This record gives sequence, structure tokens and C-alpha cells, in this order.
Amino acid sequence: MSDINSNIPEGELTSKWTKFKSSVALVNPSNKRSIEVIIVGSGLAGASAAATLAEMGYKVKCFCFQDSPRRAHSIAAQGGINAAKNYQNDGDSTYRLFYDTIKGGDYRSREANVHRLAEVSTNIIDQCVAQGVPLAREYGGLLDNRSFGGTQVQRTFYAAGQTGQQLLLGAYSALERQIGMGKVEMYTRHEMLEIVKIDGKARGIIARNLITGEIERHFGHAVVLGTGGYGNVFYLSTNAMGSNVTAAWKAHKQGAYFANPCYTQIHPTCIPVSGDHQSKLTLMSESLRNDGRIWVPKKKDDNRKASEIPEDERDYYLERRYPAFGNLVPRDVASRAAKERCDAGYGVGASKLAVYLDFKANTERYGKIEASKAGIHNPDKETCMRLGTAVVKEKYGNLFDMYAQITGENPYETPMRIYPAVHYTMGGLWVDYNLMTSVPGLYCTGEANFSDHGANRLGASALMQGLADGYFVLPYTIGAYLSKEISVKAIPTDHPAFVEAEERAKGILNTLINIKGTKTVDHFHKRLGHIMWEKCGMSRSEKGLREAIEDIRALRAEFWSNVRVPGTADELNTELEKAGRVADFIELGELMCIDALDRNESCGGHFREEYQTEEGEALRDDVNYAYVAAWEFKEGVNFELHKEELKFENIKVAQRSYK
Amino acid sequence: MSTGNMNLTLKVWRQKNNKTAGALVDYKLAEISPDMSFLEMFDVLNEQLINKGEEPVVFDHDCREGICGMCSMFINGRPHGPKDLVTTCQLHMRSFKDGDTIVVEPWRAAAFPVVKDLTVDRSAFDRVIAAGGFISVNTGNAQDANSLPIPKMQADAAFEAAACIGCGACVATCKNASAMLFVSAKISQLALLPQGQPERYRRVQSMVAQMDAEGFGNCTNTGACEAECPKGISLENIARMNRDFASAKFASEETV
Repeated sequence: MSDINSNIPEGELTSKWTKFKSSVALVNPSNKRSIEVIIVGSGLAGASAAATLAEMGYKVKCFCFQDSPRRAHSIAAQGGINAAKNYQNDGDSTYRLFYDTIKGGDYRSREANVHRLAEVSTNIIDQCVAQGVPLAREYGGLLDNRSFGGTQVQRTFYAAGQTGQQLLLGAYSALERQIGMGKVEMYTRHEMLEIVKIDGKARGIIARNLITGEIERHFGHAVVLGTGGYGNVFYLSTNAMGSNVTAAWKAHKQGAYFANPCYTQIHPTCIPVSGDHQSKLTLMSESLRNDGRIWVPKKKDDNRKASEIPEDERDYYLERRYPAFGNLVPRDVASRAAKERCDAGYGVGASKLAVYLDFKANTERYGKIEASKAGIHNPDKETCMRLGTAVVKEKYGNLFDMYAQITGENPYETPMRIYPAVHYTMGGLWVDYNLMTSVPGLYCTGEANFSDHGANRLGASALMQGLADGYFVLPYTIGAYLSKEISVKAIPTDHPAFVEAEERAKGILNTLINIKGTKTVDHFHKRLGHIMWEKCGMSRSEKGLREAIEDIRALRAEFWSNVRVPGTADELNTELEKAGRVADFIELGELMCIDALDRNESCGGHFREEYQTEEGEALRDDVNYAYVAAWEFKEGVNFELHKEELKFENIKVAQRSYK
Repeated sequence: MSTGNMNLTLKVWRQKNNKTAGALVDYKLAEISPDMSFLEMFDVLNEQLINKGEEPVVFDHDCREGICGMCSMFINGRPHGPKDLVTTCQLHMRSFKDGDTIVVEPWRAAAFPVVKDLTVDRSAFDRVIAAGGFISVNTGNAQDANSLPIPKMQADAAFEAAACIGCGACVATCKNASAMLFVSAKISQLALLPQGQPERYRRVQSMVAQMDAEGFGNCTNTGACEAECPKGISLENIARMNRDFASAKFASEETV
């Protein structure tokens, strides 16, 4: 069935990576000095790769659109990072992390990639601790762990609710060290607008200096995109305002296949939308599900306050439906269950599009433990709540503060109101085992690629994958390609391919400026987001997707004839930046719907209403859809499907059950 | 719920670029909801300006959840506005009253030149980190993470210093435009950990030298930085940095 080659090494699953590493071609130190690598993006995947490649001796240029590499959106990851250390002695192993990830991804990811991820997961923790990343510790001085969804072991390392921040600052410090030594040239406030291809190979990029508007040409023997996910196609998401698909999309238009675009992760625990003015949604970490119980009233349209609803009139629906995993089912399952309850009329809050996340029971339990430590026997409820609140505050204080700041409610006293929101995109540029896209010399790492999470990512696995790719995978695999490039001298940027790519980029900017229409960029972005959320969001149907495709095509035509971009292209122009990104989101949105329509099954984050079990669970079709859908961009805005068959040789494919 | 009833007057710093002079410009806003964030209120303003054919106000922002450190408005004389321990993006309009006049300016410091409107150049911070804000450990050199137990109190103290988001509020509020809170937070994080010891005295000298070269002022113990820091970074860090700096200059064998 496959018509593309994923270049997975031969041999036993458990020895593929070790064998690959010890047999891959190397580049000698003197040659490395004259090989240039461009890295776009400075988040976990980009910064770690840039630092590591520079340490190895390559000449690196790194680009980010923010004012500093430290601002990349990896910084906002809250809960944690998985690693198969088995420090808790609870039966964890490389195989178990591998198995959980494949199962969590609903059997739509590659065994070889996921096993490699599980293998290097432990190295990441070692590396980060050596860099001085202050991960949480126990009183004995050793690292602490917590539970995340979709697993029954405690393998998640964390730094309060700021794990992403601390890991990114670790990678950032490694990157800054190389910048200080002159081994990485950093280009902040730069946005990649085009890939430059020469003789079929990626040889550089066109970037816009966002301060001056100047268009720049940069050569590289290879180009790496670590540019993050495309959740902002939905307008409202937990992504940063600047997170965008443009770099990946431009690569796609130059021949890089885009894989599984319809796999989007809707995170179950986010602060609900409060009004039309809303510009983004804020996540409440999955780690809260360790200690929070999710419920709705048993009675429809119950308008009582949470505190007035007695225990026996509450429906802890996750514990009811999934007794084995309870509140710790994977994200896709938890999100759909919340939507099901709200759609059925049991939602809470003013909008009725919310469920409760309640910490009372666990606060009291912690309080009892603390009381007993303090020698207080038979403590009263008030004492328990007081002591327990202190424990909860230490674990989740920053998240509770954030909730209070956004909603104006005190989550220590009333349960949080939460609702699912777009959070992560499992799809992305197609890459082979080496993390190379279908364009030779063009690599893709982290959330921007499609490779490891299948149809649903487990919590605390994004940080793991971003750092695995950047620290431990790409620096090896890129050598396989660069070892053949040592005789290629740096290509001057007056080469016709650079000139042509620059013309393409400038053409788009000038067109956008000169439309001089009547509607703002945000106006179009909001409308796109609305279409995507309603018809390609938590549940999808053939009818809805067909309508969405028509709606998006009409929106695209309207955008290109009626968008208003004030100012010029020769200055700092934030509306122009947004316009370019929204133009790409519109094209991507169409492809997401096309992909969702092609996939006549439900799996992970992709739920087609026509394909569900009697109990409302996702119904996969392994006979016809056990493939990666890799889309090739065609002239106009058209797409051709290529299929990479997924073979499961080490894991028995089964219907996912968390009951 | 989407539209509210607050009427506001904004006085916003407008400056085309770093070569032209800037000035405060007045804008009236109506029907602002108290549930909006401060930046969403600016989104409303910008939407109105664009619809009128004017250029929107340029301001830095990204994550809008208080962690990336990119937002940076000086609101009514205070960085990140009137609330303690909150960044501009997490400030909500319920912290203001109907009829208020709000003055919004960029960070003001010689080392943070204005780029446009409310956006400034904070790359000096990156250069201070590049001078020594790291542990020199290449990828692949690490031993097992649990082979180095670190007392919880010490690890927690390092974490508290590491919570700095690099926004620059400390510099903006300081009458000397000193960066000592920022610089000392990174120095403290690494000085409190065993992994940071080998380079401890070298690091403090290099980072302080770069801080001075960037044109940040000195510390005169006013404490405004600590009061305005959205992450509650403590002045103790500055004391620790000064101790380390003195030790490095007078006692260390290694001078940089």
C-alpha cells in the first residue's frame, strides 16, 4: 500500500536505533566547520537542535519571530515531561512507555519512531538536570514524579506548573552559550517566508526582518524546521498568539508532504470561553486531573451553585464510564465525554459549556495526611481543608492563581469550570525515520512534524518528543545526509533559486498590502476558526466537512479580495505578519477538512460521527485506514494523497479500552 | 457577556520608529467588558483603528498566559499595571473602573531602546545570558539524574529564582534602569545548585561585566524591582550576586 519510504532500519525493534547510531555515516570535525545548518524555530525542538549541532561543530543559524529565543511557546507547557526512568519502582520500562504511547495514539503512529522516543526519554532528564533545570524533588533529594493521563505508572517529571518554562530555559541557556561563543548566529524577530530549493534539495530560506521589513537570503547545507503546531487555525486555542503554520506550509508548497493534518488534540481542561472578545484560551494542566474529580449535576439544567449540589446528585461521569482509568483517561476520551454531557444538557456555568473540576475530596485527603503527620488525631473538617489547601497550593499554586486571575473566581473555594479547547496538533510535515521531509535536506522536528503521537498525544509527551528530536535524534540522523554534502561549497545567495524564492515572498507581501479591502485580518481569522471548530473540531461528519470545504474556499476568495492590511512592507507591521499567517491557515484548514473527510473511521482526536461504537467510543477501521495520510501540494490549491502503511509487528492492535 | 459597559480614555505612547520622537495620543473606548484582558482591550482598540484607516498600536505579546515574558506595557506608572504578581496579559479590565483614564507607555531604559509604539528592544538580556548564564555541559555528557541528590529546600530555592520570565519589568521600574534583579536571578539559580559550582565565580564576573557593558544602571536598594516583578523574584538574589561577585574579585583564583 505504501508509496513512500519511511527509511526505517532493518532489524529487531529494540536494536534499530542502537544499530543505526553506531553505523550511521559521520562527518569529521574539520568538515563540520564548513557545513552550515539553518534552524527555524527556537522552542524545545529548535533550540536543543541548534545548541547540540553547534556543540558538534556545525555552523548554525537559528531564526525565531519573537524578540528572544526564550519566548517560544514551549515555555507555556505546564504539567511535565515523561521518561521511562522507573524511579518510582512501579513497573515502568522503555517497552511500557512505548506501548502506552502507541496505544494512546490509537495505533496510528510508527512503532520504530515511538520506540526510539521511549529509549532516549531517559537521556533527556539526565541532560536537563545537568544543565541546572530545577525539576521537582522529594525530601531525600531525588527527583519526584506524578501521574498523567493514559498511563498507570508515575513517569512524569515536572517543575511545579512551569515544566515547559524550565526545560526551555535550559535549552535556551545551551543555545545562548553557543551564541556567545560565536557558533550560532541568532536571528530574532525574523520570520521564514520561503524555502529555497536547488536541484531538488533544500539549500536555504528567505526570511523577513520583522523590524525593518527587509527580505534576507540565507544559505544552509540543510534546513531544519522546528516551528511548532498549527492549532491557531482554530483562532481560539491554547497556542501563543504568534504560533503559526507558515514555515511548514511554505515547505509544503515546495514539495514537503503534510501528514495527518486532521489529527488535532482538543485538551479537556481549559478555562471556558467568556465572550466574543476572547483572543486565546488558557489551559489548566492535565496534572490537575491527578487530584481533581470531574463532575456535572445529575439533573439537567441544574442552576444551583456547585456547593449547593449534594454529593449524591453529582455525576462523576469519567469515573462512572471508565472505572479503571477514571479521571486519568487520555485527553481525546475526556474531551469527548465532556462534550457529550454538555450537549445532553448537563453543562454548568452561564454558557452551559463547562463541567466542574473539583479538588475538595483530595484537599481533604491531603489534609488528613498532614494532620496525622502533625500528630493531630481525628482532625475536624476545617483543619483538614486548611492543611490540605497548603498542599494543593504547593503543587498547583500558579495554576490556581492563573484561574483566579482570568475568571475572577477562587478555585480553592469553588470547583473550577473547565471545557475542552484546541491544544496540540499531532499532524504536521511528513518525515521519515531520520526526521527528513520528502524534500531532501529539509528536516522537521517537534510538534511541527507528524511522527510520534499518532492520532492522539498523551500528556507530558510533547516536551519529551521536542527534546528527543533536538538533543538526541536529529544530531545523529542529519549526519547521514550531511556526510554526503561535505564537498558542497556554500552556495552564493545570488543564485537564481534564491532570487526566485525572494520574488515569491515579496509578491505575496505586496499583494496583501495592495488589496486595501474593508475587513481586518482578525475578522477573517475568527471566521475561519468558527468553521473549523464547528465542522472539523471535536466531532466531524461527512456532511459538515463537505460544507466546511466550500465555506473555506469562499472565505479564501473573500480574503484575497477584501482584507485590509494597513502600513507598508518596509517597516514593523504586525498586521502584515498576521495576514501572511492567516492566508496560510486558510489553505491548511481546507486540507484538514479534506483529510478528515478521507479518513472514514474514528481514531484518537479524529472523531467521525458516522463511525462510533454503541457506547459512543471511537471506531477504528484497521483494514482500510492503518496508514499515514501524506498529502502533496499541487498547483492551485489542490492536494494528492500518498499513503504510508503502518505495520504493527510488536504490538497487538486492539480497540483502546480504558474501562 | 461579550460587550460590557466600561467607557475608558487611553493615553497611548505612539512612536513610528527609533529615529523619530514619540508622543502620547488619546483614544476613547466604549463598551469594554470587565472580563476582557488588558491586551484584548487593545485588540478592540486596534480593530477600531484599522477600520478607521489608521495604523494599529504595536505592542509585544505572545503567550497571553503570563509565562513567555513578551508583554511589556507601563500602565499608569507601573510595569504590567496596578496588580501585584501579574503580567499585562493576565491583567483584566475588572481591575479598572468605568470612566478611568489609563496611560500606557513602553518600558523606559537606555538599554531597552523603543522599536515602535510600545515595543522595545530587550536583546541586552539575551547577551547577558550568553555571557555566562548557563552550565557548560554539552549534550550527551550527563550522568544519571538521580546520581546527584539535591536537598529539596535548595532545589526549591533555585526554582524560585528560575521562575523569572525575562520581561524586564525590574529594569523599567528602577530609577537607575538596573538589571540586577534579572541578572541575579539567573546567577542565583545556578549558584544554588551543585551543577552550577564549577563555573560559579567565573559566571558572576562575566554576567556582571556584560550587564555593565549594556548600559544598565547600578542597584541602590530601592526595592522597586522586587515590588513590581510579576513572578515575585526576591531581592535576596541581588544580595547573593553581590556576595558572589565580591568573593570572585577578592578570593577567587579565576578572574574574568
